[in-house]
Amino acid sequence: MSTTSTPLKDTGVGKKAAGPVEWLDDRIGLAGLVRKNIRKVFPDHWSFLLGEIALWSFVVLLLTGTFLTFWFQPSMAEVPYDGSYDPLRGLEMSQAYASTLNISFDIRGGLLVRQIHHWAAALFMAAIIAHMLRVFFTGAYRKPRELNWLIGIGLFAIGLIEGFAGYSLPDDLLSGTGLRFVDGLIRSIPVVGTYIEFFVFGGEFPGELIIARLYMAHIFLLPGLLLGLIAAHMVLLVYHKHTQWPGPGRTEKNVVGYPMLPVYAAKAGGFFFVVFGFTTLMAATLQINPIWAYGPYNPSEVTAGSQPDWYMGWVEGAVRIMPNWEFTIGPQTISLNVFIPAVLLMGILFTVLAIWPFFESWVTGDKKEHHLLQRPRNAPTRTAFGVAGMTFYGVCWIAGGNDIIALKFNLDIFTITWMARVLVFVGPVIAFIVTRRICISLQRKDNDAILHGYETGIIVRSAEGSYAEAHAPLPPEKAFALTARPRVPELTAPVSEDENGVANPDGRKARLRAWAKRFFYAHDVDKPTRFEVEDAAHHFHDDVYPPHDFPDDFSGVSETGVPKQH
Amino acid sequence: MSSESHDEQPRDAAHPTHDEIVAREGHDVEPAEPIDNPGLPEHLPRPTDVDPKLEKRAERQVAGMFTAAIVLAVGFCVAYFTVPKDAEIFGWFSLNLALGLTLGGALFLIGIGAIQWAKKLMADHEVIEMRHPARSSDEDREAALEAVDAGVDESGFGRRPLIRNSLIGAVAFLGLPAIVMLRDLGPLPGDKPFNTVWRKGMRVVNDVSGEPLSPGDIEVGQLVNAQPSVFFETDSHGHAVFHGTELLQAKAKASVIVVRIRPDDITPRKGQSNWDVDGIMVYSKICTHVGCPISLWEQQTHHLLCPCHQTTYDLADGGKVIFGPGHRPLPQLPLAVDEDGYLIATSDFREPVGPSFPEVHQNRD
Repeated sequence: MSTTSTPLKDTGVGKKAAGPVEWLDDRIGLAGLVRKNIRKVFPDHWSFLLGEIALWSFVVLLLTGTFLTFWFQPSMAEVPYDGSYDPLRGLEMSQAYASTLNISFDIRGGLLVRQIHHWAAALFMAAIIAHMLRVFFTGAYRKPRELNWLIGIGLFAIGLIEGFAGYSLPDDLLSGTGLRFVDGLIRSIPVVGTYIEFFVFGGEFPGELIIARLYMAHIFLLPGLLLGLIAAHMVLLVYHKHTQWPGPGRTEKNVVGYPMLPVYAAKAGGFFFVVFGFTTLMAATLQINPIWAYGPYNPSEVTAGSQPDWYMGWVEGAVRIMPNWEFTIGPQTISLNVFIPAVLLMGILFTVLAIWPFFESWVTGDKKEHHLLQRPRNAPTRTAFGVAGMTFYGVCWIAGGNDIIALKFNLDIFTITWMARVLVFVGPVIAFIVTRRICISLQRKDNDAILHGYETGIIVRSAEGSYAEAHAPLPPEKAFALTARPRVPELTAPVSEDENGVANPDGRKARLRAWAKRFFYAHDVDKPTRFEVEDAAHHFHDDVYPPHDFPDDFSGVSETGVPKQH
Repeated sequence: MSSESHDEQPRDAAHPTHDEIVAREGHDVEPAEPIDNPGLPEHLPRPTDVDPKLEKRAERQVAGMFTAAIVLAVGFCVAYFTVPKDAEIFGWFSLNLALGLTLGGALFLIGIGAIQWAKKLMADHEVIEMRHPARSSDEDREAALEAVDAGVDESGFGRRPLIRNSLIGAVAFLGLPAIVMLRDLGPLPGDKPFNTVWRKGMRVVNDVSGEPLSPGDIEVGQLVNAQPSVFFETDSHGHAVFHGTELLQAKAKASVIVVRIRPDDITPRKGQSNWDVDGIMVYSKICTHVGCPISLWEQQTHHLLCPCHQTTYDLADGGKVIFGPGHRPLPQLPLAVDEDGYLIATSDFREPVGPSFPEVHQNRD
């Protein structure tokens, strides 16, 4: 126990801890865990909030989803509707649809909770994707965090399916149309498609079982998996400690930030309420999925402009722009027109994402632990690859709304589809080249600022009458942060044969790897050497930049050219 | 040259400087960092740290937000019991708006208040914590290996391959019951994907009214949504022949559209030249792509566009696909007129309707 002049047990917290807390600690020994974690340090940066949004919207989904289960009936039995929504009264519909109408019109607050649930789901997927992009573009998935990256990919994939299952439950015309699409998708699976269709739907589409089966998956199986994976994601986060941006005082061996209690607990806890409050305000003011307007599912009806929720839009788009390839070999027909964009493409996306950290580490040969994040510009090839992927995704996503675009902009739908067919291949290539060049330019700009200072906005007239902009040296913290990145490795050609002329047994593999490494680091601009920095500092005043004496407290200029003071 | 590389802050025996490493290793390990780590910047006090007036103000702000949240939570309860369910404001449900604004506002204010508290009033000293490598220590690794080794050794797992292999086999074979148990998830497809309820002599009726259609009802360029008459028939007890799920399953295959095109414009598919009645043709309404019901009809071009993925069929050309991701032409229903002058089918569809499946081109007639 404490040996200070005032024993800890006599302080406020100590007195409170004496009773029930002591009772608890006698039985489960909490103190050890609390001591280790209660002041745990978390670094601060806005981009670290993205994952938190995903976490909190998942909690909102659990809370609101539980409320909805009190009334929702996952049955496809047909009943006449006798609730309070006039236009549909007397119509035959499934119990699932009738009970969703009941939640929307007869349970007070039911519509609000339904809309919070739907908005939170859209936000959950958006936050997951934004968080994943943050992790990708900053290299946060590098050793030792590859496994947590894989868990994240799992969360992304299951989140998609979970969202789709929920979208299908109300059994309105739109959700039924979505299921019809899934039916076609399942049928396209070579050889066993028809059998899987009959097993999934319990017979012919739509059957009377699919809603109950999806309900089980939506409220038990998939949330259970999500919960388990989120827990593992968090445990690994705590074990590895959060990554941080390089900066003064920050190294690969420490973590700088605020302690869990009180600052982080207040900020993160408060942020839960912000996310919950935000989705609630959205649900209050912005309509989402007005199922009463669509009517009950009927396989002979569809509304023009049918769209899935936003996160499935890219699959929808890929399906729309796919050429109509279908082959019959012997007795078997293979519908590549559906199978490639709807089944294979998702598999490819998740596989590429899962493999990337291992692929990158194979290319770079980097097996070290990394806890300092990289700015996207400092890994130009990775960033370019990521932006190419986003471009592919974006073109598919836009193509998913080709009918809406045609309608709103009065364009020819076939032209839009053809544009998308071309852009989906050309766009990523252009994006890759442009992004890489931009990154390399930004690296040069950083080096320029380190060596020659930054532009102050102060125009100086020389004795000869020429004008030039004065440059001021970067503050040392800023200059250090810009240089706190690994050096570009030396790129050596692989040895194809040894001095005796014996061919290297790994020759092909080594050559491929050397080529990949060269491609990965090609044109990367390395940070200046210490000699260059010292030399530039020495010559700062008689450099090409006009000499100018700044007061000691000069710290740059505002946008209007007024010098800022400390 | 440098005396410090950038990841040497703070310094202790476990984190030697660059020079120390070079001295120990006898050669240069890594290029020195261009700029030394200046260390954690000095902590600057916030306005609320130095000005008691601002501190009080921040305190009032936070408490004010929490109090407003209480008011809104009470407001939620009042709205719950007083706003009628069917009232509307600005074309939107009043109750939803009232409940959402009060609850959302309360939640939001609690969140903002807590964050404001943390940012303005809680101590804002940055703290440094050292990391540990993710791997366990060599000592732990060795001890763990030893422990596992001892356990494996005591079990005889390695020494008794007969037991080991039969156990692995037994557990693996348990997968069989687990898979076989799923067999009754659904019936086998059989011929079901190949057939619909259409039969020889069945009338084509309007999909809403159930009235039979006669050729005179349909003008050139018109499209009528239709169903087989059996969906509107009752059995001897007065019950509908098809109802509930069965009706939906039958509809998912048997829904049709009736169009009339000038006979000169029609190029029928081979062997289907007598399937129309004076240019009136009946096609399946179910898209051969993924099964959406198709209904966007351009009467001038006789193109039919699926609203889901824009597969476009030319109904004057045997339902051929002219654009989009769908592949198979739209199946046509052979048509005739019965003695009362109404449109009837002369058989079921001669090919499967709806989305393709692996057996779609197998002949099951």
